[in-house]
Amino acid sequence: MKLIHLALHVCLLAGACFAAAPAPEAAKPGEELARMAGVTGRFGGGLTIGQRSEPKTLNPVTATDAISREVIGRLMGDLIEINRASQLTEPALAKSWKISADGRTFTLQLRKGIRFSDGHPFDADDVVFSFNVYMDEAVDSPQRDLLIIDGKPILVSKLDQYTVRFVLPRPYAAAERIFDGLGMLPKHLLEKPYREGHFAQAWSLNVPPTEIAGLGPFRLKQYVPGQRVVLERNPYYWKVDRENQRLPYLDELVFLFVGTEDAQIMRFEAGETDMVSHLSSENYNLLAREKSRIGSQLADMGPGLEYNFLLFNLNDLGGKKLDEVATKQAWFRDLKFRQAINAAVDRQSIVRLVYGSRGAALWGNVGPGNRLWVNQALPHPTQSVETARQLLKSAGYSWNSAGQLQDPTGRLVAFSIITSSSNSQRMKMATLLQDDLSHLGMQVHVVPLEFRAMIDRVFQSFDYDAAIMGLGGGDADPNPEMNVWTFNGTSHLWHMGETQPATEWERELDQLMQQQMVTLDYAKRKQLYDRAQQLIAENLPFIFLGTPNILAGATARVGNFHPAVLDPYTLWNADELYVRGSALENAGVR
Amino acid sequence: MRAKVLVVIALLLGLHLALLLAGFVAPYDPTAQNRELSYCPPTRLHFEDGSGFHLRPFVYASAVVMEGDQAGSYQEDRNHEYSLRWLVTGPSYKLFGIYESTVHLFEVDEPGRIFLIGTDAYGRDEFSRVLFGGQLSVSAGIVATLITLLAGSIVGIIAGYYGGWVDELLMGVNELFLSLPWLYFLLGVRAFLPLHLSTLRTFFLLTGVIGLIGWARPARLLRGVVLSSRNRNYVLAARGFGATDSYLLRRHILPELFGLLLTQAALLVPRYIAAEATLSFFGLGVNEPAASWGNMLSALQQYSVLVSYGWLLAPAGALVVTSVLYSSLAEVFHSRLKSHTT
Repeated sequence: MKLIHLALHVCLLAGACFAAAPAPEAAKPGEELARMAGVTGRFGGGLTIGQRSEPKTLNPVTATDAISREVIGRLMGDLIEINRASQLTEPALAKSWKISADGRTFTLQLRKGIRFSDGHPFDADDVVFSFNVYMDEAVDSPQRDLLIIDGKPILVSKLDQYTVRFVLPRPYAAAERIFDGLGMLPKHLLEKPYREGHFAQAWSLNVPPTEIAGLGPFRLKQYVPGQRVVLERNPYYWKVDRENQRLPYLDELVFLFVGTEDAQIMRFEAGETDMVSHLSSENYNLLAREKSRIGSQLADMGPGLEYNFLLFNLNDLGGKKLDEVATKQAWFRDLKFRQAINAAVDRQSIVRLVYGSRGAALWGNVGPGNRLWVNQALPHPTQSVETARQLLKSAGYSWNSAGQLQDPTGRLVAFSIITSSSNSQRMKMATLLQDDLSHLGMQVHVVPLEFRAMIDRVFQSFDYDAAIMGLGGGDADPNPEMNVWTFNGTSHLWHMGETQPATEWERELDQLMQQQMVTLDYAKRKQLYDRAQQLIAENLPFIFLGTPNILAGATARVGNFHPAVLDPYTLWNADELYVRGSALENAGVR
Repeated sequence: MRAKVLVVIALLLGLHLALLLAGFVAPYDPTAQNRELSYCPPTRLHFEDGSGFHLRPFVYASAVVMEGDQAGSYQEDRNHEYSLRWLVTGPSYKLFGIYESTVHLFEVDEPGRIFLIGTDAYGRDEFSRVLFGGQLSVSAGIVATLITLLAGSIVGIIAGYYGGWVDELLMGVNELFLSLPWLYFLLGVRAFLPLHLSTLRTFFLLTGVIGLIGWARPARLLRGVVLSSRNRNYVLAARGFGATDSYLLRRHILPELFGLLLTQAALLVPRYIAAEATLSFFGLGVNEPAASWGNMLSALQQYSVLVSYGWLLAPAGALVVTSVLYSSLAEVFHSRLKSHTT
């Protein structure tokens, strides 16, 4: 008795005690499982992941925040997945698909005989139900925008128990990529709340584990408010490894709520969590220095998809009382002025001082991390104050005796750059930029603002001169960029709410973006997008600055740790992660 | 006792003189970036080299290690020595904001660099920044404390001494201020102001905002003390002999408060200097590239910086020294006052 008590105590202390998880079910005849030919590992044990805060919901349709999605993504399965390593699509719940010649009709063949994590079979009815929910205006899913093309929904119909047809209102390039991130819902559990009109409240964090089921590698075991969410193996998961053993390897996956990014690092250093994604370069370098002590694996995956830039306020200010900004817009609208700033920016210093050399300089909206789409032909001019001065001179600017820059009407050039005070990297960029531009005689003021206050100025009030912001990080495809570069896009930051393209090059850019969206051939699409990138780089609606590398870390005991540059960086292959042998024995877990 | 008083006063004078003469004492322009020397640790002063002992100290240049385990850290380049020189010309600055000068207390031979307490993320000299930042932070802290205590004591004394509806009204306003959601107030203030503010306007803004937020707590405290002393026997006795309100306040009540005010001041000055770091989060603090102890400390809010670059704690050290000196001064005042009244 005493011994058991002691063992229990030790378990509690170590936090590494895993109650019996369900064993993987044996394969049933006729069950069409996906075989991962390259995957091997060891069964058993669990991993702990530190999260900045609690997920808000476990509902895959209504979740909007990254933290909820990190958990939900492990519970849900998609029809077609984007392989994070190759950045290409591959079969998932759909074992194959056909695209009609006009690119509008997709016919998907589902895997037969597979089951949800509660053992209930999955078929075409679940797919049709799921898409109806995702596209329902009343449910208000953030994914709905993807599925409504030109204001018309995608038509989804069941052909037989395992075949589903999708008809798009018009051809849509790389439409199969839409399916990634749309978790298939169990009709038998969710139809009732949907019919009764309270779908949004379904699957909150307090949902009993018996009432939630998905097709992901894990299922919900326990939620402890304010502390953790515990997931356990889905015994019916539809992927097997090289030895035809049903995945996942892990018995449990625990999400621990730790508070802040710094707390994530401290917990990891203390060995209380096994993995950190979204590492900043400072924290990465910190962990690198302690690597031998902690015995961790650190991964620098190279530049990601995020792009950070300086943005000038080119908005139409008619009706707003912003005379001060309006007079400065004469400078910002001058392409030579923007080119001069572009030439004066010391991007190498940004990479070195802001990203600790773990990042890349950018001259366009697509960085080197997006291998399939980056326009390699764009020039990468080095910083030159001389070129910048020449450009300003040719545009009629001059310098007074104190070396201050004057515009053609004799006004001193002075403007402010706003940036989010909670983003230390962008604050640093602003401070570097301020110094760079002082060499041109420009007086630049850096104004850190609380994040929401900054967003309000950029999106609503237009009461700002210039801002440093970041975008991107979704999928490695031009389509998620549509809302930035089309004139009526919701993130057309430099000139919001245009009724028509303001300039000739914006008109061409708009056409290119619209065309690439309906062009199905990769080579032709690439050509269009290359030209779009060229237009952006030449006309500089944004002055591109840099992109951070994707950095991640895991303890030595994590096997198959293969982070990717696409989100989710580390947990995309949660079904393949395992606890290394020696670590299992050391921890005394089975 | 007397020796201690002298030491405290001498140190305080020294500190304020150094801050006042920041341009002269600091070897570099506090905003000048050395991008090749980001997070450079403090430069070591040497007296000895291969050829023996030198009376004039010298430094070696710092160079980044490019490869190996130590990559990214700094090492001394022992090939060149740069001697320390006293009273040399360097970057120009304005003394007291008026006199332009280029004379600096010390520097090392070009192109050597002396960073007595290292550099920050942009390779700016931390020592120069602590001095220039101190000018602004210490004066803002003192002025804000004066505003707070003045407003707080006026309200507190009136409320405590007169009581009745005056007390209820003032304490009602007081409670309103204590319960206001300051976050939204600060966001509102920021939205109302122009984006860029000069350092002078920032100074008035800082002291104004802190005074506005800060007066309520000391006011409550003082009211309580006044309320209790008002009913002391000797006060009642004096009143019975026909003493006027102003006589009672001057002779009996204010002396009771003096010690309290001094201790409050000693506590508030350092707190308000640090408060500026919080205000800068809302865009109400001192903006880059100008230095203040508050915005220098905000760099330490990042865990990685805090554990990697210890020398950036220098403004915190300066803050601790300043507040210890101020509280010693308050203690001295307090005890002298006591010895007078008893």
